[in-house]
Amino acid sequence: MSAVPGQTTLMQARTQGERLARRRARVIRERLIELVLFFAALVSVFTTVGIVYVLVKESVVFFREVPIGKFLTDTQWTPLFDDAHFGILVLLSGTLTSSLVALAIAIPLGTVIAIYLSEFAPFKVREIAKPFLELLGGVPTIIYGYFALLFVTPLLQAIYPGLPGFNLLSAGIVMGIMIIPYVSSISEDAMRAVPMSLREGSYAMGATRFQTAVKVVVPAAFSGIASAYILGISRAVGETMILAVAAGMQPNLTFNPLEPAATITAYIVQVALGDLPHGSIGYQTIFAAGLTLMLFTLACNIGGHMLRKTFREAY
Amino acid sequence: MAAAAEVAQIRALIAAHKRWDTIFAVCGMLALMVGVLTFVALFLDMAVDGIGRLSWDFFTNFPSRRPGQAGILSAWVGSTLVMLVTAFFAVPLGVAAGVYLEEYAPKNWVTDVIEINITNLAGVPSIVYGLLALGLFVYQFGFGQSILSAGLTLALLILPVVIVATREAIRSIPQAIREGSYAVGATQWQTVRYHILPYSSAGILTGVIIGMARAIGETAPVITIGALTFIAFLPPAPVTPEPPFISFEWLLSPFSVMPIQMFNWTSRPEAAFHANAAAAGFVLVIMTLAMNGLAIWLRYRLRRNIKW
Repeated sequence: MSAVPGQTTLMQARTQGERLARRRARVIRERLIELVLFFAALVSVFTTVGIVYVLVKESVVFFREVPIGKFLTDTQWTPLFDDAHFGILVLLSGTLTSSLVALAIAIPLGTVIAIYLSEFAPFKVREIAKPFLELLGGVPTIIYGYFALLFVTPLLQAIYPGLPGFNLLSAGIVMGIMIIPYVSSISEDAMRAVPMSLREGSYAMGATRFQTAVKVVVPAAFSGIASAYILGISRAVGETMILAVAAGMQPNLTFNPLEPAATITAYIVQVALGDLPHGSIGYQTIFAAGLTLMLFTLACNIGGHMLRKTFREAY
Repeated sequence: MAAAAEVAQIRALIAAHKRWDTIFAVCGMLALMVGVLTFVALFLDMAVDGIGRLSWDFFTNFPSRRPGQAGILSAWVGSTLVMLVTAFFAVPLGVAAGVYLEEYAPKNWVTDVIEINITNLAGVPSIVYGLLALGLFVYQFGFGQSILSAGLTLALLILPVVIVATREAIRSIPQAIREGSYAVGATQWQTVRYHILPYSSAGILTGVIIGMARAIGETAPVITIGALTFIAFLPPAPVTPEPPFISFEWLLSPFSVMPIQMFNWTSRPEAAFHANAAAAGFVLVIMTLAMNGLAIWLRYRLRRNIKW
């Protein structure tokens, strides 16, 4: 009758009082453990609070020196020069352009792969392709950066000789390929969650696989597919190393993917690499830039949430 | 006559629709091939450029101004130490949080807030974690630009991965196991400690490995907190010859990690350094692939073997 090591069993506790004391100790221990586990779960909340606190605290100092109107409308970004300008639009243009290139690749390819794997592929192909895509998503982004700068850019230069060594196009393309697994795996999960009876109904009406996939399965899974797209967008906007390596770090107000340009994330890396004194205006710009990035992804998430609510179909 | 023409028409229509099936299947294969080919190209590119630099010396030399003598000693030692700190914090915290949310959490708004939070944190760009660490760990808490700061940052970064994996592993344990445990008089913690955790350990391990693979390749947050890109010394050894034999000085030491070393070499103009970058990248890719492969294999085995 050895129940649990290190604990006297009920049989050994002779008196009523002893049993009560033991039970009380046990209840207290259980409560304590629950409390500890609860605090572990709270760490994630603290992280969010910490992020907001740090970004807002440093940004407030920044916005005391730079008016918000100037921050949003100035067309130059030269925070480290004597004639300092803080126009976030410049960095935002780089982020938007590279993200659009990436999404133009990731969303169509990711969706097609998801539909293919969920509705068309034979079991064997799916069993091999899914882990493979997962591996593709696990490659460190710095590796993709190297690949963009030293493999894709020379390749593109062979097609279009005028392309500069740093450009948003090759960084965006590689970024798009990096995002494909995120888009495809979540979309596929959503499509596979669509009940079989819907497909069977469609086939019974004489629809082909393609018709069933496009007209029945995709609309039914759209809320899940939308979250996959949203995740892809926040990945693209927040991606750092590919851009820092392959798109150059020169601020450049442009929407032309053939030009080099810095993004918000690349700027933060550039400042972090130099040795800016703690508390200087240059140090605070990265928090203002980070806050912009955070608000941007937050807007994406809220938009996605609303999209999901509108298109949610329950079965 | 009319009927035959109609049948022929219908046949043609069906054939046309079936053609779309084939066309789409081919498109799907091609899209998949884009991913596969990129992966192969990336791997081969790294291997071809870097394999010439891979030698014993490459692992035992410090970085150098002469590309031929440069190595990744400080980088891989730094990566290992940072990973130790990350695992030390992320695994217990993540598992505890996962256990709480699955086994203990009541259905109320606090739980909802925690759950929504974890979902949102998974979508926060990694560089934002770097900013958090820069403001909080480096300056507010005074940990400096150290291994401790980097380890904590990456631990927070992979926490959602560990939590989600833990929850999924726990959720797949049937309710009957818990009821059996309660029926013989076990408390809730005893049930968790002797049943839930052991049965979900393989699933948790899978999540931990995937999280660590992500942390080891993460560059941006570590750069943001101020890791050095050129470092020619090692952190103090954790074991000392005189008592108390264990030293934690290394926690506060400056450091570099593998991806940063690679970034440094990639962003130099000289092609000789690019070969070094490729070699470092090759090591990094092999490491992350091995970890991810192990996790995928573990999960595959788990799905096949466990039948409740």
